[in-house]
Amino acid sequence: MNYWPLLGIAVVVVGFVLRFNPVLVVVIAGLTSGLLSGIALPDLLALLGTSFVENRALLMFLLTLPVIGLLEHYGLRERAKEWIASFRGLTLARFQIAYLAIRQLASMAGLTHVAGPAQTVRPLVAPMSEAAAERTLGELTDSEREQVRASAAATDNIGLFFGEDVFVAIGAVLLIQGFYARNGIELEPLTIAIWALPTAIAAFVIHSIRLKLLQRRLERRRRKAAGKPDAAA
Amino acid sequence: MLRLDYFYWLIGALLLATAWFNLREKRHATAAFWTILIGPFAFGTQILEAAKAGVQWPAQAMGAGVIALGVMAALSRLGTPPDTAEALARRQALAATLRNRLFLPALLIPALTLVLFVASKWLPGMDRLMDPKALTLSSLGIASLLALIAGLWVTRARSAEPLAQGRRLLDSLGWAVLLPMVLATLGGVFAATGVGEVIASLVGHVIPIENRVACLLAFALGMVLFTVIMGNAFAAFPVMMAGIGLPLLIRKHGADPASLGAIGMLTGYCGTLLTPMAANFNIVPAVLLELKDPYAVIRSQAMTAFALMAVNVALMLALCFR
Repeated sequence: MNYWPLLGIAVVVVGFVLRFNPVLVVVIAGLTSGLLSGIALPDLLALLGTSFVENRALLMFLLTLPVIGLLEHYGLRERAKEWIASFRGLTLARFQIAYLAIRQLASMAGLTHVAGPAQTVRPLVAPMSEAAAERTLGELTDSEREQVRASAAATDNIGLFFGEDVFVAIGAVLLIQGFYARNGIELEPLTIAIWALPTAIAAFVIHSIRLKLLQRRLERRRRKAAGKPDAAA
Repeated sequence: MLRLDYFYWLIGALLLATAWFNLREKRHATAAFWTILIGPFAFGTQILEAAKAGVQWPAQAMGAGVIALGVMAALSRLGTPPDTAEALARRQALAATLRNRLFLPALLIPALTLVLFVASKWLPGMDRLMDPKALTLSSLGIASLLALIAGLWVTRARSAEPLAQGRRLLDSLGWAVLLPMVLATLGGVFAATGVGEVIASLVGHVIPIENRVACLLAFALGMVLFTVIMGNAFAAFPVMMAGIGLPLLIRKHGADPASLGAIGMLTGYCGTLLTPMAANFNIVPAVLLELKDPYAVIRSQAMTAFALMAVNVALMLALCFR
């Protein structure tokens, strides 16, 4: 067995740790792994090219950029903040938990592309989260804003990942079924998908608790900073 | 039928406009970067068909293009021009007049994607309109265009404005846009060079195969680790299944295939939450949200991922060996 292609993984790890440009690191890792496995350069170029083209569907979200950009230019994010700020009793945790539930239920219904970082998080969920946080905290500092935004993106991912496998016609379930079928184990997609439910529930509970804790941590830090005005500056 | 190609051509047109805006502002390197990326969208189907027919040069040219994109990405710098107080005041004034009408086009994207997806499943004749193999992607494409029309109607903007604004977002994303595609490409290279089989065989050498708990732990950790390396649980699943899941857990220890498959895959997803290799979920959002720390999203997810990993292992121990 040829172990040399594993060096491609080493290139990735070292490159990411040293914070070189990720795109270049990944391209070099591909070349390393390919050449060390004995693929001739012309064939490797063709492999890179076809593989790159085959994955172009990943950039379908670019089609949402013109309308999102347009609406932002006309004040969408400012309006989203203002609107959320008018809700009484709304907190950061409550808002993001509600979004988590909606995102998880939507992807359980197979609607994985209805939301996403470009479609919903940047124009709506992130500014709304900031406004919800500001209701209890007042004006956010840069580091608080960063945490709130990152949490919005994280909540979107977790809702997507741990909802989608409950839907039978999604790639993951079909991939599992296909793998077993090739190995002589016949299973209905539904019998696989049902087992994703316990993890889906656990994901909702765990992440909701973490969102509550984030809210509490932000508030506690504020109180501490308020207690020591010198440290706050 | 609305082939997926039509949507790819629109993406190509957006990239072309972005390149053109940059060229006019004499930002030649940025213009060249976006121009190369037009390739897979304008000629993708032809490149793949030619490669299948044995004509390799278009694919090889694209491969050289990928290397060029990597080099240019390293030389370019990301960055959004700072927001001015003036621009902020202008946006706040517009927001005050347009009010909730602004939400309409933004919400149309998810709402129409939903309606189109459901309609394409249930309405007869829709399968002739949309590509049955890519229903969600086609739905998203159509929804984006209809939302754009609604956006122009609500804002009464010039019809060229969306291109200028799309370009603004694309330029601020920069090379991060490319990362998901090159990572998936790397996945293709790893698959072709047998990296997965090598890892599975290495793991198979070190675990005590008589102990089913040790096998299960190796399977779960292997799913996470391999997903972290490949950035994709789909790539890890067949490898870990063929290496440990099928021969040891199912055949030798009698684990239930359905629950092992489902929860095993979800254990891999915990790895997806932890890795910069899953760029479209973890790095692109950090750039989109203009975060200073590119790993901020991963940091925010990490504890949820570790807790879920533990839950999944416990679930598999309880459910797979009934």
